[in-house]
Amino acid sequence: MNTLTYLDYGATTPIDKRVLSVMFSHLERTYGNPSSVHLIGQQAERALEESRQIMAELMGAKPSEIIFTSCGSESDNLALRGGAIARRREGGCNRILISPIEHPAISITAAQLAEQDGFEVETLPVDKSGRILPGELENRLDADVALVSVMAANNEIGTLNPIREIGALCRERQIPFHSDAVQFGAHYPIDVSQLPVDMLSIGAHKFYGPKGVGALYVRSGTSLLPVQTGGSQEFGLRAATENVPSIVGMALAFQLVREEASQRSQHLIRLRDEIIQEVLQKIPDSQLTGAAPDSRLPNHASFVFLGLDGNLLIQVLDSEGFACSSGSACKTGDPKPSSVLTHLGYPPEWALGSLRITLGKDTTQAEVERFLEVLPACVQRVREAAE
Amino acid sequence: MSPQAAKRIVVGMSGGVDSSVAAALLKKEGWQVIGVMLRLWSDPGTLNRCCAPDDMIEARNIAGQLEIPFYVVDAKQIFYEAVVAPFIDGYASGFTPNPCLRCNRFIRWSFLRSRAKALGADKIATGHYAGLKTLPDGTVQLLKNPDTEKDQSYFLHLLTQDDLLNTVFPLADYSKTEVRQLAREFSLPVAERPDSQDLCFVGQRDYREFIRDNDPHALKPGPIVNQDGELLGEHTGLADYTIGQRKGLGIAGPEPYYVIQKDLKNNALIIGFKGALGRREFFTHNMNWISGNPPQEAFPAEIKIRYKSQAVPGQVTPLNGHQARINLEDPLPDITPGQAGVFYQDQICLGGGTISLEES
Repeated sequence: MNTLTYLDYGATTPIDKRVLSVMFSHLERTYGNPSSVHLIGQQAERALEESRQIMAELMGAKPSEIIFTSCGSESDNLALRGGAIARRREGGCNRILISPIEHPAISITAAQLAEQDGFEVETLPVDKSGRILPGELENRLDADVALVSVMAANNEIGTLNPIREIGALCRERQIPFHSDAVQFGAHYPIDVSQLPVDMLSIGAHKFYGPKGVGALYVRSGTSLLPVQTGGSQEFGLRAATENVPSIVGMALAFQLVREEASQRSQHLIRLRDEIIQEVLQKIPDSQLTGAAPDSRLPNHASFVFLGLDGNLLIQVLDSEGFACSSGSACKTGDPKPSSVLTHLGYPPEWALGSLRITLGKDTTQAEVERFLEVLPACVQRVREAAE
Repeated sequence: MSPQAAKRIVVGMSGGVDSSVAAALLKKEGWQVIGVMLRLWSDPGTLNRCCAPDDMIEARNIAGQLEIPFYVVDAKQIFYEAVVAPFIDGYASGFTPNPCLRCNRFIRWSFLRSRAKALGADKIATGHYAGLKTLPDGTVQLLKNPDTEKDQSYFLHLLTQDDLLNTVFPLADYSKTEVRQLAREFSLPVAERPDSQDLCFVGQRDYREFIRDNDPHALKPGPIVNQDGELLGEHTGLADYTIGQRKGLGIAGPEPYYVIQKDLKNNALIIGFKGALGRREFFTHNMNWISGNPPQEAFPAEIKIRYKSQAVPGQVTPLNGHQARINLEDPLPDITPGQAGVFYQDQICLGGGTISLEES
């Protein structure tokens, strides 16, 4: 097979070498349990708390507002589950408002809260690009709302949401607002001293950090109960011996986002816009999904192609040496159209033919050009297979 | 480097020893191998035995070990339409269909080939025990595997010249024992799976139950009669019985009764004594001739009426392009409408068709 060109940074990223070397040294040396009394434990605790401090400073938060978790999905689970149940206990609030384009970590969790715990889950109206309409949210913000959760940027279609506006509306009514910023946090600095958000999820492996570690920012005073119970780690909100080497790696990777975000974005936007322009021009019956370039993630281009099996396109591109994904892509070959695209009104003959290209800081112009040379013929071949 | 170097081929993988060894042999010959597992329909709540999750994991691991790409391709809808629906309809009409035959033609070949083509592979390969031989004029013959116990050419008799021209059977010359040996040499798992995953889509259930659930009208009770038309009892639905069946009829007689025939018009099950069982003449329709050219003249052949039955000598008389009359030298007791009659001359599979007892 050809050399692999990785164009799926939205799925995950390789670990930055600088991050890797810091992690290696901790994997080798920092084996203590941060909860232990002895010196070896204290060394681990220091590494842990330094990381928390770094993350907090970078986000404009207090260290006590940073909860380390095992991933973005866990952060989402903790925020939604722990937040909703706490709010119901305190004030009988029973409604959860989410966007219809949430990651399954939110949408499936919300569905379970509805089914098992009797919460009323409402999905908010969005425009064709998947963007929440703040006015529509405002109409629904009553005293019985336990929690609002709207993702900052969508993984599948790249759309950015007006979280500042959404947060302000919630803040006025003292309703907790959570945002899944797993994709967003990989590209934009986050400053919670300016952003009216009460909880915010991130996952390290989306920004050149390791897998298996994430964080939840929880503003002081936000109602939250632990979901994973046990020891009193993480201020009693998340029981488990902390994964110190990965947390240290995440903190450095997060710092690198802050330092390099604008430079990375500049590079990504240029390549992304070239892809969007070329694809729409060269491939008949193609559409950009999600928001226009100025309102979407800098590294994100997503399309639908009429009358095409998106899963097969991913396989064909892979066999040509390009690793991409599709909203509905699933390794077990299930051809269900993506719920996000379906919700946005794409009929199955369009929604099944989705392709997502997510670029990374190391993607080169030459790689993008080769990709653009190969893609039209691949689309053609996949369309022919369906005949 | 072999002449096949850098040529792409898609191999259908099941996670079993046969397709794994097939993939390994191709890789060793220098092909650029892509492993594909088809995801097939199964009765809701059951697993399809041709692509259960454990098999998928196994196939993925083997592909990883062989360092070949592996993809799962959904074929649920087309499998239902091309294989399952005709299976249910066939039983509802009183036949005993063999779904593997249609699966090979429409799913494992037509469908897989279209996917392979998109992946840049003109050819596909499978772990079937059957051979191919190209004649000087370019025609491809379908051959039996020398391991007669394992020969699977019966299942492949519906393939076309175009299919066979673009097919590789890496196990063509190997016996099952040799394939197991090869698996050990390649350090592949030698897990056994049933020879044919017959009725892979009904789960662990009895096929009759499956038919009942999927088409409640398929099984209508009706009369059991003898060959003179005398009423002897009531049957539960023709699909519940097979030709030659003795057990479960529940009718006492001077000697054991056997199912002789199904009278579809009257929904009657005709039974009789052992002496009445067996026939020499039957017909095949929906013929497929491997060579692509229907023969004009009658010819002697060895005929197989089921996958597991012995090929027996007889005469095949083509009636037109789509039908043939078969006259066996000795009668067989279990000639079953809906199964395939497949014709051989020595090692060569000539083709075949669906068995019926009457000319249509």
